[in-house]
Amino acid sequence: MSEQKWEPKIVAFVCNWCTYTGADLAGTSRLKYPTNVKLIRVMCSGGIDPVFILKAFERGADGILVSGCHPNDCHYNAGNFHARRRWEFFDSLLKFLGIEEGRLQFSWVSASEGKKFVDVVTKVTNDVRAMGQFKAYKDLNDEFTAKFPEPVLNEKEIIMSEEEAK
Amino acid sequence: MDKLRKYATELLQKGEVAAVIGYQQISEKRTKPIIAKTAEDCTKLVFNEYCLNNLAVYLTKARVKELRRMNGTVLKLAITAKPCDVHSVIALIQENQLKREDVHIISFNCAGVVKDFGMEFDGETLATKCIPCETHKPLYSDAIFGEEKETPKVSDEVLAKIDAIEKMNAGERFEYFKTEFDKCIKCYACRAACPLCYCQRCITDKTIPRWVESSAHSRGNFSWNVVRAFHLSGRCIGCGECERACPMDIPLSLLNRKMVIEAKEAYSYVSGRNLETPTLVGSFDVKDSDELFM
Repeated sequence: MSEQKWEPKIVAFVCNWCTYTGADLAGTSRLKYPTNVKLIRVMCSGGIDPVFILKAFERGADGILVSGCHPNDCHYNAGNFHARRRWEFFDSLLKFLGIEEGRLQFSWVSASEGKKFVDVVTKVTNDVRAMGQFKAYKDLNDEFTAKFPEPVLNEKEIIMSEEEAK
Repeated sequence: MDKLRKYATELLQKGEVAAVIGYQQISEKRTKPIIAKTAEDCTKLVFNEYCLNNLAVYLTKARVKELRRMNGTVLKLAITAKPCDVHSVIALIQENQLKREDVHIISFNCAGVVKDFGMEFDGETLATKCIPCETHKPLYSDAIFGEEKETPKVSDEVLAKIDAIEKMNAGERFEYFKTEFDKCIKCYACRAACPLCYCQRCITDKTIPRWVESSAHSRGNFSWNVVRAFHLSGRCIGCGECERACPMDIPLSLLNRKMVIEAKEAYSYVSGRNLETPTLVGSFDVKDSDELFM
């Protein structure tokens, strides 16, 4: 079995009204961007709880992008302003705790900026690729899964456990 | 001391307050909180350098709030608070958890407290939170007791430690905090002791989905400590109760202090200092820095 080349896993939390639509535009304009990025659509950048970020890192994300509407463009008027302050704190906290700069990146991408979305995603992917796998968090993960393996049930066992429950 | 006791008794007898949250001496160098509801309880009230607890934590507890309902009316609660605890009360008022007219603040001129019970109060044993403290007189109060005293001068270890950590590279920092957080046993004493951790239902208690793992494993420990520090950033007033409550001696004040510095530098805001200003994370300014965003 040949070893697969490592590819960075990027999770992007994008707001429904701007960046997601921007990504859509990138698609309809047939622009190419790295497939490493997994988009998660949320209603507003102000609605992204920093716990989402931690959870994504826990589940093996190597890099995370948070993106929303430009200031003053928010569909809910002030969501991104609130988000901006919060991310400022969260970013400096993570940096202080030793999570490398560039693992978590932020951007404003509007609905008409398909090209910018491509640029941003490419930049994040290249940055994370240059940094390599998120080793520090991966070790935590491996330790955890070794200690508390997630139960993997096959079909038969699932049927059995359901019968037991009855 | 007598003045304080007399004042508290009068407050109770006049029917102005339902109870006085205060400190009582239980041995020579140890106090514990008391919720004084009768004149007899009031004779136990003390204030000295062994009054370590931040009593503001009780103000948001449902059972203490219940005490305010008396004979069909809702009375005030009186609290004896060090000047730093007054910050907590102000922060609670800023965050709409309390109304200023609902709480009667009895405060003191404070020259600092000891690190832990049983210690002699001298320069060496000054609590870490008292070292950078600038408010030896309460900012808001309804009554002030005690004489003004000189605070011992001690070098600021926490600040030095923050500087040292900032000089490390990312990997070393992560390793340092991982080892520190590894000690965590998830007892949530830090949460219980914090006057600003007043959520009815904490995010760590939510199980569907479980955001923060409940097992005391380093992965969940990391999440919990990040979440705790983040939820207090821009809000922490630096009373240091979390660190004192921590049975595993995790340097929580490092994180809190760092975030306080961050808020001060970026927004020149310190939590719990002014009743008029809105909270930092609850408000925004269109002119906030946009540096972080591409």
